[in-house]
Amino acid sequence: MILKNNIDSLSVTLKTIFNDTGNATLFMGRFFKEIFMPPFEIKEFKRQCFLIGYKSLPLVAITGFIMGLVLTLQTRPTLAGFGAESRLPGMVALSLIREIAPVITALICAGKIASGIGAELGSMKVTEQIDAMEVSAINPYKYLVVTRILATTLMVPLLVVFADTIGILGGYVGINIHSDVTLFRYFSQVLESLDFIDIIPPAIKTFFFGFFIGAIGSYKGYTAANGTESVGKAANTAVVAASLSIFIIDMIAVQLTDLFF
Amino acid sequence: MKNKESYTEIPLTSSTKPVISIKGLFKSFGKTNTVLKGINLTLKQGENLVMLGKSGSGKSIIIKCIVRLIESDEGEITVFNENITSANNSLLNAIRLRMGFLFQNSALYDSMSVRENLAFPLKRHNKNLTENDIETAIIQELESVGLSEAIDKMPSELSGGMRKRIGLARTLILKPEIILYDEPTTGLDTITSLEISELIVAIQKKNKTSSIIITHDMACAKLTGDRLVIIKDGIIYAEGTYEELENSKDEWVNSFFK
Repeated sequence: MILKNNIDSLSVTLKTIFNDTGNATLFMGRFFKEIFMPPFEIKEFKRQCFLIGYKSLPLVAITGFIMGLVLTLQTRPTLAGFGAESRLPGMVALSLIREIAPVITALICAGKIASGIGAELGSMKVTEQIDAMEVSAINPYKYLVVTRILATTLMVPLLVVFADTIGILGGYVGINIHSDVTLFRYFSQVLESLDFIDIIPPAIKTFFFGFFIGAIGSYKGYTAANGTESVGKAANTAVVAASLSIFIIDMIAVQLTDLFF
Repeated sequence: MKNKESYTEIPLTSSTKPVISIKGLFKSFGKTNTVLKGINLTLKQGENLVMLGKSGSGKSIIIKCIVRLIESDEGEITVFNENITSANNSLLNAIRLRMGFLFQNSALYDSMSVRENLAFPLKRHNKNLTENDIETAIIQELESVGLSEAIDKMPSELSGGMRKRIGLARTLILKPEIILYDEPTTGLDTITSLEISELIVAIQKKNKTSSIIITHDMACAKLTGDRLVIIKDGIIYAEGTYEELENSKDEWVNSFFK
């Protein structure tokens, strides 16, 4: 009896997950159809770029700086033990650019942006603002969803580049706590250690991070059920699903990089 | 008055041609919850039709099916002689542009000021209008609802009555021929409710609009309704003028007027 209940419960959970995944896929698929069809909501797209990109700069800057500083301070004793302290700038830069900055920045964006989009669209859904657009013969998907997904797809990579730069600067500060290295010498070592393979593949994956952050946030908000409780749920599940998607994309990206580069 | 047994549609003359015609409308949610069980209804040109019924009787579902915010399961809805249930997106939007919908909570766009709320649909559907034309239209509609001073306010700064008026102004700015009101006086005090009801009548007279008004407010029903229908158990249970229904011998119908 208990086994049967467990199997029933598992089948319901799996059905829900498959249903949700299917609906989310159709929702994201619609983006590629709508993005090429006029009217193009340029003004709203610019507004979203400002809100998503510019407004996230302080948070990304602080996080990026701390990432670089802490990474340097934590790694230095190990490298010093091998007598390879001079490799520290290159190692910090490589770690930041290839993995840490893209993933951490994307996770921060999932927390800040995906939840914000989920809550905003969820609130619009339950207060019938999305319906109001639809009955006014305005395509709410194009106005609300396409602009947000496009903005996150373009802004998250830029935020990652910004986090990379600030993180490397944080590394410089970290090194100078124990040593005395000039900024020129530090950046020379950083640039010497970087190659094409270290920059391009991580840059490509950040576009996917951005796309999924925007798409999942929009999907959760746009499909929120009626009731204020669903707004909180939309924001919460948007963060969880977007964060999970970042790790999955990262895992795939690492495998593909190993395969092709 | 006609009850469900004797219900037949009122014969239409050329001056009262229907702008909306609903035949055999069914809508279910899930396998067991059938809300609409064969609604037959017409809205005549220039008429204010009030829809009464208990909460959950499916009144809002009917008007949402008319603008196809909700897809019906069965039945035919004709708006301006076009079958809306099978209309493609382009035709659907063309018909929607000739209709206005006032939502129960006004559904003003929170992130936009009153001016932007009114300009938003206007700019999208009238590309040739200059900024001056748009500003003039906004002021004109705000004056018609008596709220021109609220032009720069945000929705969060408005009272419930003001939100309803602004919602109405946003609906009117596209010059709809049909307006669907979803509980326009719910949550308002008696005086504001009366003002909104008077506004609905004034709009009907001034713009020659046809309207469906869903309400639980009998004062609003009396003031605005040329004809009333009462929904019960998913069908039109009774219809007639306010006076006819008020004097009905049917106890259930009569309970609305006590």
